[in-house]
Amino acid sequence: MDIHEHQAKDILAGFGVPVPTGMVAYTAAQAVQLAEEIGGERWAVKAQIHSGARGKAGGIKLCRTLDEVQAAAHELLGNVLVTTQTGPAGKVCHRVLIEKAVPIASEIYLALVLDRGLQRVTIIGSAEGGMDIEQVAATKPEAIVKIVIEPAVGIQAFQAREVAFGLGFKGKQVKGAVAAINGAYRAFRDLDASMVEINPLIVTERGEVLALDAKMSFDDNSLFRRPQINELRDYTQEDPREVEAAEHGLSYIGLDGEIGCIVNGAGLAMATMDLIKHAGGEPANFLDIGGGASPERVANAFRLVMSDPQVKVILVNIFAGINHCDWVAQGIIQAIGEVNLKVPLVVRLAGTNVEEGRRILAESGLAITSAEELSDAAEAAVKALKSAQRGARV
Amino acid sequence: MSILIDENTKVIFQGFTGDKGTFHAKEAIEYGTKIVGGVTPGKGGQTHLGLPVFNTVKEAVKATGATATQIFVPAPFAADAVMEAADAGLELAVVIAEGVPTQDMMKVKRYLLRYPPDYRMTVVGPNCAGVISVGKAMLGIMPPHIYTKGRIGIVARSGTLGYEAAAQMAKYGLGVSTSAGIGGDPINGSSFVDMLKRFEKDDETDAVMLIGEIGGPQEAEAAAFVKEHMTKPVVGFVAGLTAPAGRRMGHAGAIVSAFGDTAAEKTEIMRQAGMAVATSPAELGEVMASVMGQKV
Repeated sequence: MDIHEHQAKDILAGFGVPVPTGMVAYTAAQAVQLAEEIGGERWAVKAQIHSGARGKAGGIKLCRTLDEVQAAAHELLGNVLVTTQTGPAGKVCHRVLIEKAVPIASEIYLALVLDRGLQRVTIIGSAEGGMDIEQVAATKPEAIVKIVIEPAVGIQAFQAREVAFGLGFKGKQVKGAVAAINGAYRAFRDLDASMVEINPLIVTERGEVLALDAKMSFDDNSLFRRPQINELRDYTQEDPREVEAAEHGLSYIGLDGEIGCIVNGAGLAMATMDLIKHAGGEPANFLDIGGGASPERVANAFRLVMSDPQVKVILVNIFAGINHCDWVAQGIIQAIGEVNLKVPLVVRLAGTNVEEGRRILAESGLAITSAEELSDAAEAAVKALKSAQRGARV
Repeated sequence: MSILIDENTKVIFQGFTGDKGTFHAKEAIEYGTKIVGGVTPGKGGQTHLGLPVFNTVKEAVKATGATATQIFVPAPFAADAVMEAADAGLELAVVIAEGVPTQDMMKVKRYLLRYPPDYRMTVVGPNCAGVISVGKAMLGIMPPHIYTKGRIGIVARSGTLGYEAAAQMAKYGLGVSTSAGIGGDPINGSSFVDMLKRFEKDDETDAVMLIGEIGGPQEAEAAAFVKEHMTKPVVGFVAGLTAPAGRRMGHAGAIVSAFGDTAAEKTEIMRQAGMAVATSPAELGEVMASVMGQKV
């Protein structure tokens, strides 16, 4: 789960990470009021959307007067911002962060992530702040500082100092950098984060260290024990279909193709998408109905896939273990009964209670193309798509 | 001897008396698994499925001589159950639960290091279908009837793709020795390499089908291990060629976030290590059959 920049900064500040003075506004009038309260001569008005690369997309505006703050907030609020990370649909901005702008002397990149190979939290820093970390790693590996945290004892003071000195902090700045590094690690550990990124961590012209931008993501599997994090969820930043899917115990990701997929198991769902592509089609979605799927859950999966107007064919691929083919077959029939299915349907069932499942479908009298093998299923779906398209052209 | 479990392995169930634990314990017993009891804290002294229930794993081990556990407790309590099993001296724990917090698994892996390697419990999973040694025993949620006895080992991150592989092996008359699911999470109890080491030593396995997916370094590590240490052929497959970068595809671990994470890159790394690689999930059996044919 992702949260907004202003939320991440509030959290990090609570763990001792120095952040600029700032407050969040939901209207332009409020933005002006907050800028006045914050004081100073320059403010940054920052669009709060769940995406990086906001600056290049015009989502961060530097203002010298309160009128400029008003205009910037007015322009951003309620509008959709398209960045390199949001996809073409973009994300709508419902709040802006008003911050005191500070003159920057230098920029550092700092991130905490899980190193999957080492199975530990790793701190990665780069003296080339603002730049794409992967590009730095490829072109200037010596600029990267990396340390691994031992989970039993957590970060040690010498490790934070190593990072700080390695990133070129000097004199009094070291103390601020160490506070930022320690705080970011403790926030990561105590709140079950999956990622903390401070990019950039800056040194101001007056020598202060500040987290100018901050991003945090959290482990979805831990939200049950982090109710305070769960409350920060902003559904306006998520794909409504994915949110609906999650409510029904389904894992769904919308894609651009025309063949809707309903599959059990994430691996098989990915493999089914690959097969469709292999057979010359494009998948409309990733959808895993999960284990122990009831007929209701299968029916919900159908409704979800059919709500995508791009879908011209539906392919169901179930290899039942913990699931039962007969439940899936009942779910299919239930869904077709409730929703007027206008597109061809290809079903491949295998595994637990497969005969029973196939019998239920065959006796239903519904126009379903049955496939036994994985490759037959994808080919039948692509063939159905092509004939549907030919039909549409005639 | 098959890998991890056989018909003589004494197994307890943690989370024995719950609905899921009960259902799958019955299936396992029916398949021939030697289930000797279960653990449900607070229900010690009761009998369930004709077997004794204990409050703690230590009591269960002392009374039954179990060496393996099937952990069927919900995800929030899974890490605790694994550590309890390790502390009771068990050799193997299979964890089915989906949704175990990543930091819990980090803690579990660190905790296991307190035991010397020879006494350290092997963890399989979480978020996996389990382990089946065909014709002998199963610990998991797989449909046992799809497995025919043979000499191919299967190791997969995805449960259902593991089933698919087993069905295709059967179709080509190859059959399976042991199939192990390592799970779809970012941190697994056992890795591909851990399983390859066991298959290499197993006299009932002639070749291995390795089924990976997008995300993480495990497939590349496996490819390097195959190149350096495996004398038996390993056929690879990587799911997710069509997966877009930055999107988590169902499994917590299936996300393209770094170089080497894509299916195309992993496939290429496997090829360069000299592995035969199936490019379509419908060709797992066919590629394995041709590799086995060439070997004869």
